[in-house]
Amino acid sequence: MTAVRASQGPADADHASHLLRQMLRIRRLEEKCVELYSAARIRGFLHVYIGEEAVAAGVLEPLAAEDCVVATYREHGHALLRVSAGAILAEMYGRLEGCCRGRGGSMHLFDAATRFYGGNAIVAGGLPLAVGLALADKMSGRHRVTACFFGEGAVAEGEFHESLNLAALWQLPVLFCCENNLYAMGTALARSESQTDIALKAAGYEIPAWAVDGMDVFAVEEAARRAVDAVRSGGGPHFLELRTYRFRAHSMFDPELYREKAEVARWMERDPIRLLKDSMDAAGQLPAETWETLQADVDAEMAAGVEFAEAGTLEPVEELTRFVYSDRTPGADQAGRAAG
Amino acid sequence: MKTTYREALRAALRDALERDGRVFLMGEDVGRYGGGFAVSLGLLEEFGPERIRDTPLSESGFVGAGIGAALGGMRPVVEIMTVNFSLLALDQIVNNAATLLHMSGGQFNVPLVIRMTTGAGRQLGAQHSHSLEGWYAHIPGLRILTPATLADARGMLWTALEDPDPVLIFEHGSLYNVAGELADDAGPVDIGTAAIRRPGTGVTLITYGGTLPAVLEAADQLAGEGIDAEVIDLRTCGRSTTQPSLAASAGRTGQWWWTRAGAAAASRLR
Repeated sequence: MTAVRASQGPADADHASHLLRQMLRIRRLEEKCVELYSAARIRGFLHVYIGEEAVAAGVLEPLAAEDCVVATYREHGHALLRVSAGAILAEMYGRLEGCCRGRGGSMHLFDAATRFYGGNAIVAGGLPLAVGLALADKMSGRHRVTACFFGEGAVAEGEFHESLNLAALWQLPVLFCCENNLYAMGTALARSESQTDIALKAAGYEIPAWAVDGMDVFAVEEAARRAVDAVRSGGGPHFLELRTYRFRAHSMFDPELYREKAEVARWMERDPIRLLKDSMDAAGQLPAETWETLQADVDAEMAAGVEFAEAGTLEPVEELTRFVYSDRTPGADQAGRAAG
Repeated sequence: MKTTYREALRAALRDALERDGRVFLMGEDVGRYGGGFAVSLGLLEEFGPERIRDTPLSESGFVGAGIGAALGGMRPVVEIMTVNFSLLALDQIVNNAATLLHMSGGQFNVPLVIRMTTGAGRQLGAQHSHSLEGWYAHIPGLRILTPATLADARGMLWTALEDPDPVLIFEHGSLYNVAGELADDAGPVDIGTAAIRRPGTGVTLITYGGTLPAVLEAADQLAGEGIDAEVIDLRTCGRSTTQPSLAASAGRTGQWWWTRAGAAAASRLR
């Protein structure tokens, strides 16, 4: 059985406050998304990350700006740590000002400038991409890390196993981050895997793998920092199983018939934001007025994001088939180009 | 120079590997074995295992890795040994390679080339005999090439590598041993238009890939019967291709017949 890592004591107040802010930003963005979805301002599918914020905040913290992030369809939180709230919300509104001109929507947030590679609606579909991004870095002699997020549901897919094997075989700089929230949509881990210790599966591919308390942002950050350093210094792929929980429904169309309310309530007692806030309070690191200011700042950021999205424009109909293929007109100004 | 379709493909790979350090070949048995159809024979010795990269039998994994490497600035050539194996990588080809440019609003194009063997006629049973190029041609975002001649075997790869989007090259299994003359200075070719392989005035025969030699033979037989057939090689399949020569030819001959390996029979179009 893989031992679960917990954090080692209190952190510096500024740093704790920074992580609190990052998690709160994700929480408030998604609460706003749910509100806007209910008001039919946002269409499509909407999968929120509420409850899992410590994972994105903790893992992205030690990454450098040039490191790649590959995420899943539940990626608003990861995106927000690289892309502005306005660009994300405008994307969900289907507006030209969105981070993908409104072409991607909630499940397909991309941003070339910050090396954010989606947003993938196919469970495990991003893992081979991450392997390839890391292969390009290794072949080009760049010391970058590709962080690849996926849920525990992905573990049942062939692409999970193919990707772990390739990354280990070729010793590629990938940090695999399994967000184990215990349910693949409505299917509990124990109902879908013969071996539920996921870190153990990764270890079977000769990949150093640790299980981490995914509700403890310090534990996540600490494990991620160790893993990122090891990957960047040529230690090959590493694997984190981040044990977390989704507080809300899978999507906006989920009556949650598959789990007990008491179970959800139990996990909510370990809300990662509350855990951090409580520990900061206990250490005297979060005076009431600091907390008030922090909340007001985040609320203002989200309100500005909504305003930006509301003011967005729709792409002209003439552009309907643009980007099915690249523009081959000589001298055409392609919006983006795959580059190093 | 005297050469074969297989050697022309190999010359194209060698040329691409020499021209551009970002190019590498990846697939099952492309290195130590020399390629399932011996196309890459000898390239491992010339370019080493980093650039002639043997993979496990993980089609979805290594095709997806090719997409990721293309996003990361490389110019991968992924070999899928035969067309039926490509179905194991369909998620990556259709859901990622073909859609990333569109979903990212033009930010992420995928300059990836995938080569695979296609076609029937070699007593291999149903699975190894699929001709799925027409099927792939229905996927927006992909470009489909079907080299039928030595010049196209030699020339299409470089042009495909210069394309900003994913290109699938279908090599018909019955063509690898076809021998003939190829110009010493043969190089990149246009991949956007069909070609008239035999001019004629009585009837237009449209084909592509591995069926071209049989159709040219049929045209010779028709000539013996007093029918002057024009043979058109599509060279590419699908919506990204302009085919001005088809309408012009039909205008001259008055009727079209369409044939390909894998179809039950030739079809009269008009």
